[in-house]
Amino acid sequence: MHFRYKIEGGDFTNAGSTASAVKKVLKQLNIDPVIIKRTVVGIYEAEVNIVAHAYNGVIDVDIDENRIFARFEDAGPGIPDITKAMEEGYSTASEIVREMGFGAGMGLSNIKNNSDKLEIISQVGKGTTVEITNYFNSK
Amino acid sequence: MTKANQSGEIFHAIHFRADMCIGCSHCMNICPVEAIRVREGKARLIPNRCVDCGECYRVCPVGAIAVEQNDFEEIFRFPIRIALIPSVFFGQFPETISREEIVHSIMDLGFTHVHEVEEGAGFLNRLYIEYRKNNPNNRPLISPFCPAIVRLIEVKFPTLLDNIILLKNPMEITAMKARKDLTEKGYKDTEIGIFYVSPCAAKIVAIKSPVGEKDSSVSGVINLNYLYNKTFRLIRNLKKAHGPLPGPNFSSQEICWSLTHGETDLAESGRNLAIDDIKNVIEFLEKLENEEIKGIDFLELRACDESCAGGILCPANRFLTAEKMKKRVQNTLSEGKEEKKIEYTPEMEKFLRDHISLEKLTPRPILKLDDNVAEAVVKMKRMYELNGFLPQVDCGICGSPSCKALAEDIVQHTAELKQCIFIQKIMEQNEKLDIQESVNIMRKIWSESKLDKNSLRDEI
Ligand SMILES: Nc1ncnc2c1ncn2[C@@H]1O[C@H](COP(=O)(O)OP(=O)(O)O)[C@@H](O)[C@H]1O
Ligand code: SF4
Ligand SMILES: [Mg+2]
Repeated sequence: MHFRYKIEGGDFTNAGSTASAVKKVLKQLNIDPVIIKRTVVGIYEAEVNIVAHAYNGVIDVDIDENRIFARFEDAGPGIPDITKAMEEGYSTASEIVREMGFGAGMGLSNIKNNSDKLEIISQVGKGTTVEITNYFNSK
Repeated sequence: MTKANQSGEIFHAIHFRADMCIGCSHCMNICPVEAIRVREGKARLIPNRCVDCGECYRVCPVGAIAVEQNDFEEIFRFPIRIALIPSVFFGQFPETISREEIVHSIMDLGFTHVHEVEEGAGFLNRLYIEYRKNNPNNRPLISPFCPAIVRLIEVKFPTLLDNIILLKNPMEITAMKARKDLTEKGYKDTEIGIFYVSPCAAKIVAIKSPVGEKDSSVSGVINLNYLYNKTFRLIRNLKKAHGPLPGPNFSSQEICWSLTHGETDLAESGRNLAIDDIKNVIEFLEKLENEEIKGIDFLELRACDESCAGGILCPANRFLTAEKMKKRVQNTLSEGKEEKKIEYTPEMEKFLRDHISLEKLTPRPILKLDDNVAEAVVKMKRMYELNGFLPQVDCGICGSPSCKALAEDIVQHTAELKQCIFIQKIMEQNEKLDIQESVNIMRKIWSESKLDKNSLRDEI
């Protein structure tokens, strides 16, 4: 099953709508609440990163009976040093973005802690692709 | 654990009276968890979805929704008859009627003791504060007070179940204390009947089919509006002189526990939020679940606007009730009267502490399409496909509350695509459906009478 969501950079009013939509789907599929929670937290952070740091992006979600795979592909500035960006507390978010309550620098590490598989590919000046996979039977 | 009856159905205090229901669908459209459908001209409840919030009861134009209660005469099965009165009850009466008059009238009706539910709130509040200290990593803690909210979380937000404080509410504490006080005086447990006067359906269900506790120490329920009418009549007709209050003249801030901010006003400092009205609560919990909202310490969540002052069985205006209750507290404080608190002996303290915990709550997911994930995926694909055919008008003519709900009902085999009026028109154009068949479909949803072709004979 595929779902596609489009995200506009800077549109903080809708940040979180993809996470909510995916959450509803996972509940309908009777996925374990713990796995729903992990997945939704990761999706929310990746979604917000497009809004906060990129120009625009597309989220593709693929779900089958075994796993959820979400790809966040954006056009944006890219991430020069991914290892550094993954550090807790590291953030390049602007003052304004911080005032709005985003930009604590915990997003990427939060995604990592809440996903079974995480892949980040980024090209400076072009954009970033984040891929999250979570398995439904993670035991 | 939510108890179910033998047939596996969840108990509800709300019943749709088929003899009175006119099939108007107002209830279906207002239900926040889409638990109602219209079939054969009558509203039908899907028991596993209902959270007993009572929104349907408010909008029913013909009073076809009944709220279950014990027969009042049942109180006389017990030699000791305790009325457990929530503070909102006193807030229903005009200010010219005193609390003494109300209490004496309740006793004239046949009760031997009257206790105010909120007597137990101070004790509970102390335990809340301890609970918060002992569970520093569990944030936000969610109040277990409103049973409709506990059920809402069970069915719709299972990931937040562990945030609910696993302690009983003031009603149970007051009931347990009253029972223990009397058994210590030599009465047998079976001689004591404790009847809770309920402002809502949710509290009735919490007593008859408790969540997270084995049994309630409350023996039965009397609906607040019923007792209000009985008491009011007595006060007006008798107007006899009454003595001072029997029992404790309880007066302190805890009286307002069941109002909005009742719990947060007494909570430890921190980020404590009070949210009332089930629609607001759902909106907030959606964001909390995504961790879009962080850093909150405590949530007081109530299904009714203005909390229990807005309970479906409260006859008075909810804003005026809340005003009166706050005034009662202010009066006590401003007149320099001392706050009268309830005393607990060390033995009572220990007894209550030993009996105050709730068991772990279990999710009761209603959104799932199937227990089996692979099967649920198949159903979901079909559901999205079907939803794509539907007009997204959400008119409810199909007897389901929205186009999406109809698509879901179809994959669950409780509805058919041609129940959609737009689909019928498309089928008629393609000569896949004749007029008689489409009329029959509508009759099955809305009953014969709404489609009686003779009824407009003189008009058209
Ligand atoms: N999609 C993205 N495009 C460009 N830069 C990004 C993107 N996602 C993350 N970053 C960079 O990585 C940093 C750390 O991200 P994160 O851990 O989510 O913290 P925050 O978003 O709070 O700054 C960001 O400040 C930003 O510099
Ligand atoms: S807010 Fe009070 S009256 Fe309303 S459902 Fe909850 S407990 Fe009942
Ligand atoms: Mg971020």
